[in-house]
Amino acid sequence: MQGGGFKDYSVEVTDGMVVLDCIHKIQAEQAPDLACRWNCKAGKCGSCSAEINGKPALMCMTRMETLPPGEPVMVEPMQTFPIIRDLVTDVSWNYEVKKKIKPFKPRKPDNADGTWTVFQEDVERSQEFRKCIECFLCQDVCHVLRDHHKHDEFIGPRFLVFTAALEMNPLDTENRLADLKDRDGIGYCNITKCCTKVCPEHITITDNAIIPLKERVVDEFYDPLTMLFRVFRARS
Amino acid sequence: MSLLDKYIVTEHEVLVIGAGGAGLRAAIESSAHGAKTAVICKSLLGKAHTVMAEGGVAAAMGNVDDRDNWEVHFSDTMRGGGYLNNQVMAEHHAREAPARVRELEAWGAVFDRTKDGKILQRNFGGHRYPRLAHVGDRTGLEMIRTLQDHGVHQGLDVYMEMTVVSLLTSGGRVIGAMGYDRERGRMRVWRAGAVVLATGGIGKAYRITSNSWEYTGDGQSLAYHAGAELMDMEFVQFHPTGMVWPPSVRGLLVTEGVRGEGGVLRNSEGRRFMFDEIPELYKNQVAKDEEEGWRYVCGDKNAQRPPELLTRDHVARCINREIKEGRGSPHGGVFLDIGWIKERIPNAQAHIKKKLPSMYHQFMQLAGVDITTEAMEVGPTTHYVMGGVRVCGDTQMSSVPGLFAAGEVAAGLHGANRLGGNSLSDLLVFGQRAGEHAAKFAKSAKSDAIDSQQLEAETKRALEPFERPEGENPYAIQSDLQNSMQELVGIVRTQKEMEQALDVIGKLKVRSARAGISGHREYNPGWHTALDLRNLLTVSEAITRSALERKESRGAQFRDDYPSRSDECSKFNIVTRKGADGSMQLEHRPLSPLRADLAAIVEKMK
Ligand SMILES: Cc1cc2nc3c(=O)[nH]c(=O)nc-3n(C[C@H](O)[C@H](O)[C@H](O)COP(=O)(O)OP(=O)(O)OC[C@H]3O[C@@H](n4cnc5c(N)ncnc54)[C@H](O)[C@@H]3O)c2cc1C
Ligand code: SF4
Ligand code: SF4
Ligand code: FES
Repeated sequence: MQGGGFKDYSVEVTDGMVVLDCIHKIQAEQAPDLACRWNCKAGKCGSCSAEINGKPALMCMTRMETLPPGEPVMVEPMQTFPIIRDLVTDVSWNYEVKKKIKPFKPRKPDNADGTWTVFQEDVERSQEFRKCIECFLCQDVCHVLRDHHKHDEFIGPRFLVFTAALEMNPLDTENRLADLKDRDGIGYCNITKCCTKVCPEHITITDNAIIPLKERVVDEFYDPLTMLFRVFRARS
Repeated sequence: MSLLDKYIVTEHEVLVIGAGGAGLRAAIESSAHGAKTAVICKSLLGKAHTVMAEGGVAAAMGNVDDRDNWEVHFSDTMRGGGYLNNQVMAEHHAREAPARVRELEAWGAVFDRTKDGKILQRNFGGHRYPRLAHVGDRTGLEMIRTLQDHGVHQGLDVYMEMTVVSLLTSGGRVIGAMGYDRERGRMRVWRAGAVVLATGGIGKAYRITSNSWEYTGDGQSLAYHAGAELMDMEFVQFHPTGMVWPPSVRGLLVTEGVRGEGGVLRNSEGRRFMFDEIPELYKNQVAKDEEEGWRYVCGDKNAQRPPELLTRDHVARCINREIKEGRGSPHGGVFLDIGWIKERIPNAQAHIKKKLPSMYHQFMQLAGVDITTEAMEVGPTTHYVMGGVRVCGDTQMSSVPGLFAAGEVAAGLHGANRLGGNSLSDLLVFGQRAGEHAAKFAKSAKSDAIDSQQLEAETKRALEPFERPEGENPYAIQSDLQNSMQELVGIVRTQKEMEQALDVIGKLKVRSARAGISGHREYNPGWHTALDLRNLLTVSEAITRSALERKESRGAQFRDDYPSRSDECSKFNIVTRKGADGSMQLEHRPLSPLRADLAAIVEKMK
């Protein structure tokens, strides 16, 4: 199924339609075998990711009236992953990556009935990251994956967010910093913030997840105070 | 060459069909009992319907109101279900839900918290006390992600984007399943000692629905054609609040959480019409005026609920009435207003965005409506099926040995109407039970050879549409069925219309046998739609026949020609089965009387 190119369809657009509606209309009336993924049609499942006029977006949340009128709408599959057919790509790499990240490991329950006492303030950070719908649009846009194909060395913004959710869960006792530095390649991220811009859940991927993780990694492995101290001794 | 060379064959002890909340919970449990377990799903992992659930998961933990306990939850569920529920399931569910929810926390779920650091619970229709554990309005996402992320470390074999088209049987027992993968269209066989159906619902039988393409009644139909009994199929829940505008999102769900947080329903005259009619069963549980309703929303323990928080069947019918009598909104719904709470609390806008973030986005992005300042337009939408595979209340095994069912695909817990939040808890409680008992069954089952004739016949049926490239467009048949079910077997039903529906279904069966497709087997949605038709037609026929047979109005079923409850009809469930001649057989299955201690609980809570 490699190769292929654009094919033109013309669709009558009515009030409030989104790109996914147009794709469905094409399926129902012109090309029953046109392949695309979708489920919820409400921006909740992260299935319908594509590139619309070159911009990574959810097809179900892109309203036709937000696109330039009178110009053809270009709909392409995500470029960072191998294509299966039409708009469907092979995203299995993401599932492999996630499996390698150390799972949640809670501290002992606080209370006799097996529950924990945790306050809203303490969970808010983690909750922001857990809004992720795994659309993989951030993975699609990140140049480390898209242009430099570092899939073997870099887990991408989605899984930095995932790791941040675990690390900032007040109950978690696992340490993932060494993995982040070595296996997960957090150093590849140079904070271009492209991922944050495309996230349909408006997760502040770079500022709230990646930068704090980078800081933790630095704190753990390159303690600046320790280095300064050594320099001092050599002079005396 | 053996026949099995044509297929990709894998061996498992337990095969779970479906990776929503019920399927994942079943698989985790089955694996914990030492069974080699596989999970199959039509979409990618983590995208099943469960991901869309918004409002919360019901469990009588009593974190917000300590008067709550399993007995109150049990009686709320029975009352909501018009007392047609399977009492054993209703009891297990009410007793076990709290432990199942806490277990999610141990697996990494991050629920919203109370001021004293416990899991927060919110009000919902039909629940006497605040009972729904939640995470804003994305509880389903939290639940499925927790189960998925925990599950992948439990040694499960996961088969994504594969569809089961038929169950394999031997000597009346289920021994596996046959299906295809979407990517390449290759035929596959999964052999197993036990099979758990966790395939969800049937919403795609209707035009206006909150359900996705996956909800084509596959599990109900697979079970039926394998000889299992279905039950309560007449009970389809129409959620009172779906979006009505723009047309392309018609039916999309507006969570009941909006009303739980203080949202009110008004007609075009600005009247809160829900106060106009209070059902007998609930007359002692409804606020006498708007003031008391608001106090309830704020957590005043002495106040009764506003009428917007009555059960879904009732609210849906009241909305239907307002629309039919000409008091609807411009696009054929009524108004749901949450923005008004700014009259009562400071920072109302921020509060709404915090409590209902995805509703805020959904309306902003899809309808251009700011729900913190403008009213939403809403109307009923097909949402959930209470009926499904008839199972044993303890083990979740169907009437076919080795075949289990859990979650929306199974019948019994909800009776004639489901309370909001009782589905997510259903998935956890009965997913766990199904997983445990399927593992035990599989361990003791001996392996049987696959019947090659059966396999060949099913494969031929699956591939037939390719032989008719000029055949009928499967999408057109699907859409004709959806229109007929919507018009003829919807919220308000009559004998005449339903007989007409049966006629249409008969004709559509003939047309579906002529459905054809072009192209090849790789990721071909036209083919998938053609194969789904049998399932949709099977469940549509079961719904219609059962609804005709129940000559009364109860729970989700409202019959214009029999508008009240009948004592006679309170004594049985309607069971559907495939007869020896292939036709659909119906039977009144007597309900066993409530166990004395459970009856006493129901009496006490009246
Ligand atoms: C918008 C919305 C909001 C809701 N909100 C709430 C709420 O707040 N609280 C609540 O309690 N309930 C809620 N519900 C209901 C609840 O979400 C569902 O009833 C529940 O998630 C169903 O779960 P399940 O595990 O039974 O099935 P699903 O989660 O639907 O999973 C079904 C699985 O079966 C697979 N499958 C189906 N057919 C096949 C086949 N032929 N071969 C292979 N795999 C197959 C699918 O791919 C999928 O993985 C809501 C429902 C909707 C639609
Ligand atoms: S900020 Fe980092 S992770 Fe995000 S797109 Fe840029 S390089 Fe990639
Ligand atoms: S972080 Fe945002 S963009 Fe990335 S996968 Fe999650 S929801 Fe999608
Ligand atoms: S279809 Fe679910 S996010 Fe678009």
